Amino acid sequence: MLEEVLNNPILFTAIKLVVSFAIVLAAVPMLVWMERKSAARFQRREGPNRVGPFGLLQSVADAVKLIFKEDYFPKNTDKAVFLLAPILTFMPGVISFGLVSVTATRSGQLLGLTDINMGLLVMLAISSLAGYGIAFAGWSSNNQYSLLGGIRSSAQLISYEIVMGLSVVALLLKTGSLSLGEIVQQQSGVVFGFIPRWNLFMWPPCFFLFLLAAFAETSRAPFDNPEAEQELVGGYHTEYTGLRYAWFMFGEYAGLWTMCSIITALFLGGWHFPGMGRLIHDEWLFALVGFGVFIVKVLALIFFFMWMRWTLPRMRWDQLMKLSWTRLIPIALGNLIILALAMEYGGLFR
Amino acid sequence: MDQVHVPTNALLKKVAARRPWWVNVYIPALVRGLTVSIKQFFKKSVTIQYPEQKAVINERFRGEHYLKRDEHEHMKCVACYMCATACPANCIHIEAEPAPQGPGWEGRDKVPAVFEIDMLKCIYCGYCVEACPKDAIAMTNKIPKVYTDRKDFIYGMQKLLYNDQPDPPAPKK
Repeated sequence: MLEEVLNNPILFTAIKLVVSFAIVLAAVPMLVWMERKSAARFQRREGPNRVGPFGLLQSVADAVKLIFKEDYFPKNTDKAVFLLAPILTFMPGVISFGLVSVTATRSGQLLGLTDINMGLLVMLAISSLAGYGIAFAGWSSNNQYSLLGGIRSSAQLISYEIVMGLSVVALLLKTGSLSLGEIVQQQSGVVFGFIPRWNLFMWPPCFFLFLLAAFAETSRAPFDNPEAEQELVGGYHTEYTGLRYAWFMFGEYAGLWTMCSIITALFLGGWHFPGMGRLIHDEWLFALVGFGVFIVKVLALIFFFMWMRWTLPRMRWDQLMKLSWTRLIPIALGNLIILALAMEYGGLFR
Repeated sequence: MDQVHVPTNALLKKVAARRPWWVNVYIPALVRGLTVSIKQFFKKSVTIQYPEQKAVINERFRGEHYLKRDEHEHMKCVACYMCATACPANCIHIEAEPAPQGPGWEGRDKVPAVFEIDMLKCIYCGYCVEACPKDAIAMTNKIPKVYTDRKDFIYGMQKLLYNDQPDPPAPKK
């Protein structure tokens, strides 16, 4: 039975497609719950605890509420663009998750939706599409706050994409491959007997640059200027209500989930955990445990994002741009040059 | 006119130049901030789950009024209108009548026939309690209640006389 499914490429792909989509769909309500619960804990509150056990069904209740809300169009909106924007924001997060291999069998068969040999490039291209959705929403809403949010978002995404790109380029020098699956496979095992061979420990600057850029790319605090509730009244989604607002919400958390799984794959060793290969010999049990390890890593990373949100105040807009252009980009370039020199003349990663 | 010193960029740069470089990269400060917030994360929450748990209300809280009774279980009030005069919200309405004859009513000319407090108008300032020469009105620490009819907010004499007793539990729906 299992062999039959595995040997039928169309059926196998269909199953992987459904599972990959379902993971994102299931992750979003959970992340919203996690966000509200952790926010509450950081402020010493209880958070949602009325709907379902531990308030787990709160997101479901919210979704039902949003569905039954009035379908509202503000005056003089550009309707086509206005309708397109939420979908454009939502799609990239879901699509680029398909590029991430979430686990692999012990013999190394990757189990993600797909693993194309230039996955990282495609991922960068798709994730920059999210900027269009936000810019469209800001522009078509016919509202000053939305417009400001859209402009901020575009400017922020452009400047931090450079930082992200440069840190990825440096990483590519080390890995020599653009395939996310292969990059993860390179990170198995340990060095010096106890440090996992994760890219985080192999070359930390890349990780921290990428992490900072990821905060900006997902518009998470302290870089949440595009939506800045206090100054922009929600920014680009000010004029959105009901289900269309829910799409934005969904896109935001899907983006966060995908970004964290990409960071996990690139820097935190994906499904690898020191000692896993020695302990588990069953082919498919390995894949299952690997999947669990992957999810735990992603959730830990997401928790870090939320932890940051309740620690740092939002940066001022000009400080944000200054940080990127005058600090991070030179650092990222320097990181690239030093790594290149170290690999060429120092024999690093040989 | 006083000069207001707005920190200019030049000034901020001067201040930054005086700090050591590891302060200027903000990473130690960031780590310190993260430890502060994670410590809060593991502390007990301060939430009071309202309908199930109720907050402890201070004895001295100025809540709903009550009229005091003397040792004969008669009201102490002598309908002098002092409280109605002192009331800044004009929420006390009194109509007086001659005091009844008999034991326990000695030395009283008047008693109130009507004594009403409009709890919607009342601002719970406690001036009526201060003004009363006979110490006949006082305040409980009961939180002002909610009704579905405006008439219910006007507390009559009977209700006020026994308002120092705890409320009966709310009827179950």
